[in-house]
Amino acid sequence: MNKLKKITGMALFLPIFCMVLVMAVNIFYDIASGNFAFNFFTISIRNGVLYGRLIDILNRGSEIAILAVGMTLVVSASAGTDISVGSVMSLAASFCCMLLAGYGVSSTNDLAVPLLVGVLGGILMGCLCGAFNGFLVAYLNVQPMVATLILFSAARAIGLLLCNNLIVYVRNDSFKFFGGYTGFMPTPIIIAAICVIIMMVLLKKTALGLYIQSVGINKKASRIAGLNSAKIIFVCYVVCGLAAGIAGIVGASRISSADSNNIGLNYELDAILAVALGGNSLGGGKFNLAGSIIGAYTIQAITTTLYALGVSSDVAPVYKAIIVLIIVTIQAPPFKAYMKRMSAKRALAKGGAAA
Amino acid sequence: MDNHVVLTMRGISMTFPGVKALDNVDFTLRKGEIHALMGENGAGKSTLIKCLTGINAFETGEIHVEGIEGPVVNHSTLDAQKKGISTVYQEVNLCPNLSVAENLFIGREPKTKLGTIDWKTMVKKSEAIMADLDMNIDVTQNLEEYSLALQQMIAIARAVDMECKVLILDEPTSSLDDNEVEKLFRLMNQLKAKGVGIVFVTHFLEQVYAVCDRITVLRNGQLVGEYPIDALPRVKLVAAMMGKDFDDLASIKSDESPVFSDEDLLIDAKGLSHKGTIKPFDLEIHKGEVVGLTGLLGSGRSELARVIYGADRNQTGTLKVNGKEAKINAPIDAMNLGMGLLPDDRKAEGIIGDLSVRENIILALQAKRGMFRLLPMKEQIELADKYIDMLQIKTASRETLIRQLSGGNQQKVILGRWLATDPDFLILDEPTRGIDIGTKTEIQKLVLKLAKEGKSIIFISSEIEEMLRTCTKMAVLRDGAKVGEITESLTQETVMKAIAGGGTNE
Repeated sequence: MNKLKKITGMALFLPIFCMVLVMAVNIFYDIASGNFAFNFFTISIRNGVLYGRLIDILNRGSEIAILAVGMTLVVSASAGTDISVGSVMSLAASFCCMLLAGYGVSSTNDLAVPLLVGVLGGILMGCLCGAFNGFLVAYLNVQPMVATLILFSAARAIGLLLCNNLIVYVRNDSFKFFGGYTGFMPTPIIIAAICVIIMMVLLKKTALGLYIQSVGINKKASRIAGLNSAKIIFVCYVVCGLAAGIAGIVGASRISSADSNNIGLNYELDAILAVALGGNSLGGGKFNLAGSIIGAYTIQAITTTLYALGVSSDVAPVYKAIIVLIIVTIQAPPFKAYMKRMSAKRALAKGGAAA
Repeated sequence: MDNHVVLTMRGISMTFPGVKALDNVDFTLRKGEIHALMGENGAGKSTLIKCLTGINAFETGEIHVEGIEGPVVNHSTLDAQKKGISTVYQEVNLCPNLSVAENLFIGREPKTKLGTIDWKTMVKKSEAIMADLDMNIDVTQNLEEYSLALQQMIAIARAVDMECKVLILDEPTSSLDDNEVEKLFRLMNQLKAKGVGIVFVTHFLEQVYAVCDRITVLRNGQLVGEYPIDALPRVKLVAAMMGKDFDDLASIKSDESPVFSDEDLLIDAKGLSHKGTIKPFDLEIHKGEVVGLTGLLGSGRSELARVIYGADRNQTGTLKVNGKEAKINAPIDAMNLGMGLLPDDRKAEGIIGDLSVRENIILALQAKRGMFRLLPMKEQIELADKYIDMLQIKTASRETLIRQLSGGNQQKVILGRWLATDPDFLILDEPTRGIDIGTKTEIQKLVLKLAKEGKSIIFISSEIEEMLRTCTKMAVLRDGAKVGEITESLTQETVMKAIAGGGTNE
């Protein structure tokens, strides 16, 4: 009993529990439809690359996971969300493809500039957008939602302008790498893993985490204690922009083009949801990066599961909403308190019966 | 239940993680009495009150309120208010971004026939309430426009207006000056005459003996006893609170007054100012000197210190630290010059509520080291343990969140945070506010010890006796300007005269 309490009390219990729940649905489905029970977890190698639903989730969830890294910091430090990340992804992708193809070119097989220049350019564009958001929030005290609303609506259009109103195709194998495979492993998984690991190491080895949480909890007191609160919030937004830039490159590489209207569409919502599913308060302060990452893959797992169950992509959001509702309810403090009261009552009843 | 009794609490127990906060405590309040609830920090005063008002859920025990059948369990302050129990807390718990009138009527706004808020009536009623308390202020202004003291009075006005049977005042006077305390006492006596039972929690012994009829003493979450005021003279009260006999506070200061030479000059401020808070001032502080800043609330005593520290940016004049001109744009610059500031508003500018005691202690030191030189966990633990031990901070563990600590213990954590940076110059703004008498002495002793080690200190306090015991020099402030310094014959009388202004003899 005590051991159980210890486990359920752990910070990551609920995010992991939700993930397991989604997986359990898959197992039931496989059993019900007469497949091998652990079909979901089966990983095989086809055509020289890894194949399986689990791999698919890890692969497709990469962008959300990368975004969640940045979003977690922004939420913690500024008690607000960056709703521009999806649009910034698209802008970064457009800028990258424009550099690689050359201005005004709609389709190319040869790169106009070295691959690295294009990719770094795209990522830099993401950072620039983050800096713009950060400046508004940290130094001009604009509310995060309002500040990031500007790029939310403008970034896609800017991207389209950069590409001279065209969908730019970069049909070059070297560019496909970021959305393709490294050996047998999908590259996005590796990129996401690197992003997460770098951030985890930064949080572990520097005082970044302490600074961000401290500023998020009490900005004024943090300043008196010697922290530059504005600068820390600014940095968080830049990191969030950086993450959006990287995610944008991955997204563009997957389809070998900069489709301004589709890359990163609605990703900001998934990223915010990932942070919330990870058990982080959107009111800022304490955060748990691992929770956000698990949250990100949970969202992707839900999507993939729904498709596997044969739900059409038009109605999938309805089921997704229901599942999210359940998960959020399980994590809500009043619900937890209610469960605690119920279990106390049961224990009391048992004790009473024994006596 | 006895006819005169308005509230009884019997056998109340409650546990915080790792700490027995209340252990079988009884409390009885009669009609028309002012009842002091006394005890050191963490003795359980605030917890007991929170059990009564529904903020904390107690585990065992019963509460009875006059006129209500059966035991009462409140689930929220609103619940408690409906049963006639109103509370004014130690720290102002109103909405700073709403107007005074809105704060007074929040949750019970007068309505028009259409069901919308009747603003006219609300403002008119608010003005009447405030006028009743001799406070003629613009009730349509936002609460945050007013000083902390005024906010506190407004909070009390709100509670009083709600026709309560039981009024709980949890350290209401800790941010009020003498004049305002006087007003509050008048108000309390009026209510008492009306038959309201008042629970008064305070650390000021004089105030207890000025207004109270009865005293209940708690220690370490347990009831020590309930006494009529005549039966418990001051020394016995202190002994009851501390659980031991108490050597007199006055004995801690040595008589020799040190002499300072110009070589020892640490802080040399000339013409510093911040628009709207403090007019240009000069101030010299030597190594090992304790300088007191005195004046009424709002006279600019906190603001002066904040300009030196860079919490408010200096706009004129020059500041020399150790003979070298210093440019301070933000607190971190001041910290790098060896300064530290313990702010007076602990909740807003001191604690980082959701971080642990350990993290709160190392925060300033870590900020000084910079982001990339993280203090190893082993050192963090050592530092935290050292100051928990040294300042006798009552906490379940070093990983307990600081917001779960009592007010006085939070203050000690912040003090520990600054001591951990090993400062040369420490500004202590009301370091003993809301702290029990035993710890007060400890802090005063600590100040003197630090001074002996050659550190300089600015000490700001509303209690003049406390400053007389620790300071070698006092700067007097009035209406946002430094008006003088007292170095010789530091007595209560000279200081009071200086604060009040020279008008009397001229």
